[in-house]
Amino acid sequence: MPTVAEAYGLTPTQLDALEHELESLRAEVAGQLGTEDVTYIRRLIRIQRWAEITGRASLFLGFLPPFWLLGAGALSLSKILDNMEIGHNVLHGQYDWTKDPALSSTDFEWDSSCPAKGWQHYHNYLHHTYTNITEKDRDLGYGVIRISAEKPWTPANLGNPLYALGLALMFDHGIMWHDVDFGHVRAGKKTRAEAKQSLKNGLRKSGTLAFRDYIMWPAFTGPLFLLTLAANALANVVRNIWAFIIIFCGHFPQGALEFTEAECEGESKGHWYFRQMVGSANITGRSLFHIMCGNLSFQIEHHLFPDIPARRYKQIAPQVREICQRYGIPYNTGRLSRQFGSVIWKIFRFALPGRSRHSQPAPTGAPENTAAELMAA
Amino acid sequence: MATGVLPTRPPLSRRVLRQAIRVFNAAATPYGVDRYVELVRPSWSSTEVRAKVVQVARTTPRSVTLTLRPNGLWAGFRAGQYTQLSVEIDGVRHTRCYSMTNDATSRDGLIELSITAHAEGRVSRHLHQAAQKGQTVALTTAQGSFTLPDAEPAHLLLISGGSGITPVMSMLRTRCALGWTEPVTFLHYSLTEQDMLYREELEQIARTAPNVRLVRVFTDRPGTGDLDGFLTAAHLGAAAPEWASAEAFVCGPAPLMDTARDLFARAGRSGHLHTEAFTLAQFTAEAGTVDGLVRFGASEIGVASDGTPLLLQAEAAGLTPLTGCRMGICHTCTRRLCSGVVRDALTGDLTNGPEANIRICVSVPVGDVEIDL
Repeated sequence: MPTVAEAYGLTPTQLDALEHELESLRAEVAGQLGTEDVTYIRRLIRIQRWAEITGRASLFLGFLPPFWLLGAGALSLSKILDNMEIGHNVLHGQYDWTKDPALSSTDFEWDSSCPAKGWQHYHNYLHHTYTNITEKDRDLGYGVIRISAEKPWTPANLGNPLYALGLALMFDHGIMWHDVDFGHVRAGKKTRAEAKQSLKNGLRKSGTLAFRDYIMWPAFTGPLFLLTLAANALANVVRNIWAFIIIFCGHFPQGALEFTEAECEGESKGHWYFRQMVGSANITGRSLFHIMCGNLSFQIEHHLFPDIPARRYKQIAPQVREICQRYGIPYNTGRLSRQFGSVIWKIFRFALPGRSRHSQPAPTGAPENTAAELMAA
Repeated sequence: MATGVLPTRPPLSRRVLRQAIRVFNAAATPYGVDRYVELVRPSWSSTEVRAKVVQVARTTPRSVTLTLRPNGLWAGFRAGQYTQLSVEIDGVRHTRCYSMTNDATSRDGLIELSITAHAEGRVSRHLHQAAQKGQTVALTTAQGSFTLPDAEPAHLLLISGGSGITPVMSMLRTRCALGWTEPVTFLHYSLTEQDMLYREELEQIARTAPNVRLVRVFTDRPGTGDLDGFLTAAHLGAAAPEWASAEAFVCGPAPLMDTARDLFARAGRSGHLHTEAFTLAQFTAEAGTVDGLVRFGASEIGVASDGTPLLLQAEAAGLTPLTGCRMGICHTCTRRLCSGVVRDALTGDLTNGPEANIRICVSVPVGDVEIDL
C-alpha cells in the first residue's frame, strides 16, 4: 500500500527539497523578529488586562443588564485573548527569544484549567510531533469523539454529537483531563503515579480558577453574588465554545489527512513538514478574526513553525501556499462555516459505523483522485 | 549604610500591605496583581526590582551616567556592589552587571550607575546612545562581595582602570560620607584625561577631603598625568609608599588585575587584595575533555560536545535558555545537572550529577552529560 506521500507523488528527494525551502523560509522570518513582535504581543496583553479589569468592574453594576452583558462580554474577550493569541503562543516558546521573563514559556501561566506545564507536554511535544498519526496523536477526537474512519466503531460512538457538545461547553476542563490521560495509563504508556500527579496539578489549578470566578469575585459584589457568578460562568463557556470551534477546525475538517504509525517511522524532516501541511487546515477571515483565533486560523503555518510568533503566519502564508502548489500538496483552507460545517458532519457521520467514502479525500485544488482512492488502487 | 543587620519585624502597615497583596493575587490569578499595577506604573512590582531613570548625564565622550529610582524591592547596597541591569534592544532583553557609584549611606533612595560604551558592548553602546529620562529598567538586588570593609582600614588603596572606576568611586564617596579620616590613595588609569570618569569630582575631593591622594595616569597620553605607563611596583611605590600595608581594592581590565595580583602575591599581601572583574575569562577547551555527548533532556536534543560552556552549546543547538550575566555571577541560567560531570570554567572545580544545580554559562561538560533544559 502506498504511503500518503507516495499517493501525492512525492519522492524522498522532493521531500528533502521541500524541507530546504521551508527551512529557508523559516530562517527568513526568524531573522525579521524584533521590536515589532514584542510591541504587538505586549499590546495584546495590555488589551487583555484592561478587558479583564473592565469585566470585573462592570459586574459591580451587574444589576443593570447592559453592565452585566458588558461584564460577561469583556471577560469572554479577556479569556479568549489569554488562551489563544497570548497563552497558546507564549507557551509554544514563540517569544522565548526576547528573554523577557513575562513572555517566557517556562514561567507563563494562563487562564485555563489545564496547568501550563502539563499542556506544554502533551500539546507542544506529543501533538505537534505526532500530528495526525492515528495511533499517537491524542488530539484526534480528544479521546472521546470518533472523528476518524481509522478508529474502530463501538456502540458508545453513537453518543458522538453529545460528547462533542459536552466537550465544547467544558473545553478547558476537557483539556485538563486530556493531560491527565487515563487512556495512556490503561495502555501502560504512562504510570499511575504520573497520571496522579497530573491530576493533582490539574485539580489545584482548576480549583484556584473556580474559586476566583465562582466564589471570590461573586462575593466581592455582595448582593449580586449570583449575577456575577452567572456572568463569569457565561464567559468561561463562551471561551470554551470558541476555542473548541477553532481548535476542531485545525485538524478535523474534510481533507485533513491522517497517517499511520508505520509510514511515519523514521520519517525525514521533509516528510514531517509534509505531514504537518496535509494534516492541518486553515480558516479564512479578517485580521480581527485571526487575532481572536490566536492566528490558529493559520494552522498550516503554525504546524510548520510552531515557535515562530503567530502574527507572522499571515505574512508567510502566501509563500507556503505557493510552495504547496509547486509540490502538488493540498493547502486546505476555507471559510469558518465551511470548515466547521465539515467537522460537524464528521462528528455525526462517525457516530455511525462504517467507512466513509470521503474519509480521506483530497481537498479543493488537489488532484481529482482522493488519497484514499489512490491508496486503494 | 546597609550593613549585615537582620531586619526587625516589619511595621504593621507593611504587613497589612503584604496580606492585601495576597488577596489581590488570588483575585488576579493566574497572573498576579503585578501584571495589573504595571499597566499604570511600569516601575512597580512585587517580584522584580525595577527602576525609573530620573537623570541622564553624559560627562565623558564614551560614557553615560544614569541616576535611577528603584522600587520598594531595592534593599540598598554596600559600597562596591553591583546590580544586574536589563534593557531591551530590538525586542530582546539583555542583562549586564554595573556597579553602583554613589554613596551607599545616602538615604535619598537613588542609585547612580556609570556606563562606558565599549566597541563590542551591545548594552553599553545602546545605553550610551539611547538611555533617556523616564525610562524603566529592570534590576536585581545588590550583589557581590567586593565591598568596603565595615571597619575603617588604616590605609585604603583604590586602584582602577577605565570603567573599573565605578565600584571604587562608590567606596571613596561612602568613605567620605562616613567621615573616615585615615589615608586613602585613589590610583586610576584611563586612556586620556577626557575619558576619565568623575575626574572633576575626584580632583575636588582630593583638594578638600582629609587624607585623600589622587593619582591619575593617562596611558595614551604620556606626560599628561601624574605617572606614565601601566601598573608596576614603581607606580605603587610612587602613589602609595605604604601600599604593602594597605587594604587594596582593584577593578579594571584583566592585565591590570593580573599585575596587581602578582605584585601583592610577591609582597605576601594576597589576603589584602580584593578584586572585581566584569570581563569574561577566555574559555579554552582543554585537550581530552572535549569528547562526549550533551543531552538537553527536557528538549529531547542531543549534541556532540564541542568543549565550550553548556549555555553556548544549548544556544548553538537552537535553544534559548534564560541567561543573565553569562559569566557565572547571576545564577539566572542555573539548571539541574541530571547526570555526568561538568567543570567550572572559572575555577576548574568539578561538579557531579545527578541533581546538582549548575550555572550553564560557566559549566563545561567533561564526558557525557545530561541537563534539564
